[in-house]
Amino acid sequence: MENNLLSIVTFMPAFAALILAVFLRGEDEAAQRNAKWLALIATSVTFIVSIFVFLEFDPSNTDFQMIDEADWLLGLKYRMGVDGISILFVMLTTFMMPLVIAASWDVSTRVKEYMIAFLLLETLMLGVFMALDLVLFYVFFEAGLIPMFLIIGIWGGPNRIYASFKFFLYTFFGSVLMLVAMVAMFSDAGTTCIGGCNISLLTHDFGSETINVFGFQILGGMQTLMFLAFFASFAVKMPMWPVHTWLPDAHVQAPTAGSVVLAAILLKMGGYGFLRFSLPMFPVGSEIVGPLILWMSAIAIVYTSLVALVQDDMKKLIAYSSVAHMGFVTMGIFSVSQQGLDGAIFQMISHGFVSAALFLAVGVVYDRMHTREIDAYGGLVNRMPVYAMIFMFFTMANVGLPGTSGFVGEFLTLMAVFQVNTWVAAVAATGVILSASYALWLYRRVVMGDLIKESLKAITDMNAREKWIFAPLVVMTLFLGVYPAAILDIIGPSVAALVDNYDTAVAAAEAVSQSAQAHN
Amino acid sequence: MSNDIFQILPEILLAGFALAGLLFGAYFGKDAIARPLLWLTAALMVVLAVVVGASSDTTVEAFNGMFVNDSFARFSKVALLLAAAAVLVMSENYMKTRGLLRFEYPVLVALSVVGMMMMVSAGDLMALYMGLELQSLALYVVASLRRDSVKSTEAGLKYFVLGALSSGMLLYGASLVYGYAGTTLFSGVITTAQAGQTSLGMLFGIVFVIAGLAFKVSAVPFHMWAPDVYEGAPTPVTAFFATAPKMAAMALFARVLHDAFGNAVGDWSQIIALLSLLSMFLGSIAAIGQTNIKRLMAYSSIAHMGYALMGLAAGNAFGVQAMLVYMAIYVTMNVGVFAFILLMEKDGQPVVEISALNMYSKNHPGRAAALMVLMFSLAGVPPFLGFFGKLYVLRAAYEGGLAWLAIAGVIASVIGAFYYLRIIFYMYFGSDQAEALDQNRSAVLSGFLIASAVIMVVGIVNMFGVEAAAALAAQTLVQ
Repeated sequence: MENNLLSIVTFMPAFAALILAVFLRGEDEAAQRNAKWLALIATSVTFIVSIFVFLEFDPSNTDFQMIDEADWLLGLKYRMGVDGISILFVMLTTFMMPLVIAASWDVSTRVKEYMIAFLLLETLMLGVFMALDLVLFYVFFEAGLIPMFLIIGIWGGPNRIYASFKFFLYTFFGSVLMLVAMVAMFSDAGTTCIGGCNISLLTHDFGSETINVFGFQILGGMQTLMFLAFFASFAVKMPMWPVHTWLPDAHVQAPTAGSVVLAAILLKMGGYGFLRFSLPMFPVGSEIVGPLILWMSAIAIVYTSLVALVQDDMKKLIAYSSVAHMGFVTMGIFSVSQQGLDGAIFQMISHGFVSAALFLAVGVVYDRMHTREIDAYGGLVNRMPVYAMIFMFFTMANVGLPGTSGFVGEFLTLMAVFQVNTWVAAVAATGVILSASYALWLYRRVVMGDLIKESLKAITDMNAREKWIFAPLVVMTLFLGVYPAAILDIIGPSVAALVDNYDTAVAAAEAVSQSAQAHN
Repeated sequence: MSNDIFQILPEILLAGFALAGLLFGAYFGKDAIARPLLWLTAALMVVLAVVVGASSDTTVEAFNGMFVNDSFARFSKVALLLAAAAVLVMSENYMKTRGLLRFEYPVLVALSVVGMMMMVSAGDLMALYMGLELQSLALYVVASLRRDSVKSTEAGLKYFVLGALSSGMLLYGASLVYGYAGTTLFSGVITTAQAGQTSLGMLFGIVFVIAGLAFKVSAVPFHMWAPDVYEGAPTPVTAFFATAPKMAAMALFARVLHDAFGNAVGDWSQIIALLSLLSMFLGSIAAIGQTNIKRLMAYSSIAHMGYALMGLAAGNAFGVQAMLVYMAIYVTMNVGVFAFILLMEKDGQPVVEISALNMYSKNHPGRAAALMVLMFSLAGVPPFLGFFGKLYVLRAAYEGGLAWLAIAGVIASVIGAFYYLRIIFYMYFGSDQAEALDQNRSAVLSGFLIASAVIMVVGIVNMFGVEAAAALAAQTLVQ
């Protein structure tokens, strides 16, 4: 089946970046305006084209769809395709990028390079979610570090150099271990095709017999080792406690748009990786390490929520709350049930809208006051009623108020984990309470009260551009909150197939090991 | 006999041309002919590369097996001829403005290239040594080309003394091999060097030969000369050291290991794996503290040799293919980086301090972007071609049963990424205070820099056919 739609969507932003790089000259006002408009148009057109992808997508089919294939070097294939798990991340990316560009309208230094970096980043992020070849996935996954490194390093805050290096080296270190595992998978399965071809990694059975490495008995053998290698990469990317420390630094130093992309899309790559690789390819490994990850998630939720309570920087607080929310995602994923996976994916999509909106909300006041100190604010509601309203809405969504999208994901994941491990669910549930305290406390300190600070007396409410950026996010958050089936219907069949295969594989491995024991 | 001469014709042509240039320069033109001679030499190298590359796909042994003309040799020759030609062209401007453009320079480079071509075609320990010494002697002189500079002469002398030592080790090893095999021909050695039953003397011979060759590729622990020589030699000469001789020495390494000791893979594979491990880590860690970009590139090349050796350590055809692909990519990247280093000037004087690059991207966005691509490629970050080189050698190592080496290699690459990022940091994240470098308008150097960066990006589509050629070359070498 020949279908280039996915490649068109993926490479359209890169093409626009190329046009910018080659044809746009100068640093004057007109050139800056042209760069911004071209970037906005390119990302918008990408979104419109991606709607066609969405319409053409058939949720009832659990296979990969719209596959685009070509030969590549090293015997690899260039393969793109989407299934029920990836389609929504693709849509999330194309949906967010025009907003991100619009949120960057006030950038005044190196505008051309800024837009090029974001456009390239969009191409690379889309590639991650569509790649159906292991190495192609890795290429997109890793290459995304480069524009993000530059975005933090060039347009970031005062401590940007430390943050950018930490971001790059941390994530790079996680990923190279995954690269070795990928090489091992290539050797073992003889293919790098992820799915949708005759021999694919998703159907390949990686060895799960206990093996001996340097005197250590490794339960689950190859699968456990590979799972851990992939885990090193995705856990850093996610980020999971205790390897989350790069995230607050990166968020605080990144420009607003960089934070938005980081929170809304880049963090989702880790969760997507778990769903695409870890669970279906290494079920036995997941089964062995899974309980540990459940506990790590529970710790992450409580610990980072407590840390968020004591932050005095708004962005840092939201960054920690992101880590906590990602804890729900990993918890849902490793409960390996329909509800858990549904909830995890829902939580990721919802977090994409909500955290992006919160970072944008911080950006709104940062643009006016050039500080993110919580103490520098207070009583904004007096001068900025619209802002107070929108900030309130997303604070509630962040807390997980029923009726907003934040509720559905947390509820589903908690319910799923409760059936697997009640203690983890109990601990995680306290995180929900903690999230209410840090989010509402932040809101009270920034927005409520009397406006007593001299510096805030002249602050202006949101302008039309800013309101328009928030409008689609409000609509999506509400819509998904009251009608979650919009997402669950799409991911449902693919998730069901994934859980089904997982259970079969784990049961088969258990049967094999039991019969082996019976023989002994 | 006439057929034998025909096989070695490219070498004879280049050697004859070099000698004619020497005579002509000595009697008539003096240094006035240096410039045309340089361009002629480069042109001849390119022509020879095309001729060698286009010649038929056969394996011919000439001079009773002393000289082998096969796909492996042809692949290496094309790569090193092109690299040498590129470096020659790049060096013209630098050498001219510093009064270093003597007619001996292109002649010596041509002679060393003849030596390299002999090396990669060697089918005999004697032929190997002849080629190696011809190459090395020419390089010793080129390193000290700037006679009035203490550093340059020191570099030449250091290189010479240590090079002589390594040649001695190589010769000692060769004599042991000869003693225990009874022949110097590779085809004869291979039948006596069986894995597991290699005699102790033969094993010693192999070790000494490897030590000698490891010196030539500057693998740890035989690397000490590299940073000093890189720093002391005039920059174009450094560029030459970093490219063609590395390609030749690595090819020779593969040639000896597989043609002569191919039956004793288990014996030498662990030695190569250890050399590779040490080189990767020392190269990556020692480069962190460098402030001189030439020294940094020296350590970077040590680390890269480690990765190339990883391919060799696998001990199979795929490993050799991986090594060849890796070296081709490495040479391309280094040509670009050194073109950039040659562009670094302030008030007409060459600058080698990395900190001089502060905010380079402000005044030269194009060049800065090109160097950034090359740095990420050197660090092995996708989507650039350097990553695919790494992927090749990792796969070779894993399939050769050296998973631990692959894991160590990727960890070293993270450490290495730090110092490549540091250059990008200076160019893009720095502050404005430093005075800018000169607006060097050399179109040739910019051309090489940008071409190299573009290859790193566009090459990921199909590697321009290098992959298939390397596969063919590796298959003829490893039966």
